[in-house]
Amino acid sequence: MTTQIARGNRGRPTGSDADAPTSTGSTTTRVLGVLTLLGFAGLLLLALVLTPADANQGNAVRIMYVHVPSATIAYIGCFLTTLGSALYLWKRSQWWELVGYAGAEIAALFTAVTLVTGMLWGRPTWGVYWVWDARLTSTAMLLLLLLGYLAVRRLPADYPVRAKRASILGLLLVPNVIIVRQSVDWWRTLHQKATIGFDTKLDGLMLFTLFTGFVVIGLFFVWLLIHRFRVAWLEEQVADQGLDAAIAERRAEGTGAGSGPVVPSNLAAGEAAP
Amino acid sequence: MIRDALLVAGKDLRLEVRSRVALNQVVPFALLVLVLFAFALDPDRGLLEKATPGLYWVAVLFSGMLALQRSFAVEAADGNRDALRLSGLDPAGIFLGKFLAVAVQLLVLEVLLLVGVAVLYTTHLSGWSLLVTTVLVATAGIAATGTLYGVVAAGLRVRETLLPLLLLPVLAPVLIGSTRAFEAALAGTPSEGWPWVGLMGVFAVLYVVAGVLGFGPLMEEE
Repeated sequence: MTTQIARGNRGRPTGSDADAPTSTGSTTTRVLGVLTLLGFAGLLLLALVLTPADANQGNAVRIMYVHVPSATIAYIGCFLTTLGSALYLWKRSQWWELVGYAGAEIAALFTAVTLVTGMLWGRPTWGVYWVWDARLTSTAMLLLLLLGYLAVRRLPADYPVRAKRASILGLLLVPNVIIVRQSVDWWRTLHQKATIGFDTKLDGLMLFTLFTGFVVIGLFFVWLLIHRFRVAWLEEQVADQGLDAAIAERRAEGTGAGSGPVVPSNLAAGEAAP
Repeated sequence: MIRDALLVAGKDLRLEVRSRVALNQVVPFALLVLVLFAFALDPDRGLLEKATPGLYWVAVLFSGMLALQRSFAVEAADGNRDALRLSGLDPAGIFLGKFLAVAVQLLVLEVLLLVGVAVLYTTHLSGWSLLVTTVLVATAGIAATGTLYGVVAAGLRVRETLLPLLLLPVLAPVLIGSTRAFEAALAGTPSEGWPWVGLMGVFAVLYVVAGVLGFGPLMEEE
């Protein structure tokens, strides 16, 4: 069963798993995890030690090596959510629905990281944690939209209800982000020109560090995505299995057979027993 | 579809006319919000008049939220959701009907609030063509998103807390757009307001289409 999930179980995962995996790790994720850790070590070395401080921003520029990749990854996560939701609504593919859910969780995480690192960068650079800049405002709205999706996806309701309602929100996520972004852009630029942005010239090593940041955070994203996908998949399995077990128990009561806990795969045998 | 929409809208509006919940609770709440803004921002400093567009639309959103909750609460009782599904009405028609009923209630609310700010905040209303268009387009946007997200939250125990969380971030462009358009109209520079009306128009069309297409699948779940 572990290898089956690792390859990505397309279509609706069903059936009993007596040998259900006890962890969401596999060889692939372990290799990925080690690579990510090594990458983070390298990124820290590059970002904190080897690269020079910026002429204008000083040491604050070092936050950029995490901030910019996080923002990009957050957008990729949102895109996955919309894609997964669309394919769930269209093809009824639970695999894609779970990818969308995992994508939204990670997008929310990285949006929060983007906001926090941005604020930490803003305090020494602008003197304040927050300005009503178009980019900041629309990122905050993005976080709220993602939290709304996650709130619906985690409702205590049956899987089809949760998944379908969340998928409608997920489908609208990217259009909403675009339209919110557009309106906030206009809002801040009709009255005052946006004055803030990275207008730093990057020298070779800084550019390389930023690139490393993209690779490392990208690896981290994939690692998280696989794990969160498997956790979500297992959660649905547990819910299904609980229901199957309950039905089996009721049936066993009805036929007077089977006294112990009934395993779903024994359902047919339990019914055939005298 | 249109006939079904009119049937549903007629039913909802008749319900509101007879129960008078909107009149007895939502309208007083809207006026209360205006008074609360006056308490929060000292009326003597002229802030209220200056901030009228923003305060007005925030009041519309908050009291509109109540009207929306109400529009889906009436379907929650006695398995009405199933009854609607079994009625054979076109889901797109049901969506449009709910949308129309909410829009009509919002319009009434907005007219009353407009009178409210004119009287209580001594705001001089001007630029009528822009004001009226803004009200119509923004109402369409709020009613369409509200109806779509309302059904997403409907029938759940957490719907009262869930709907504002889902809806208000999505409505941010409408709040920004309607506020800017109102500011432009009141400042006598309507040309600055029309692009916002365009943005809200795109928003409203997007959500009406999304609602017409998405309502069927949302109603059909078991």
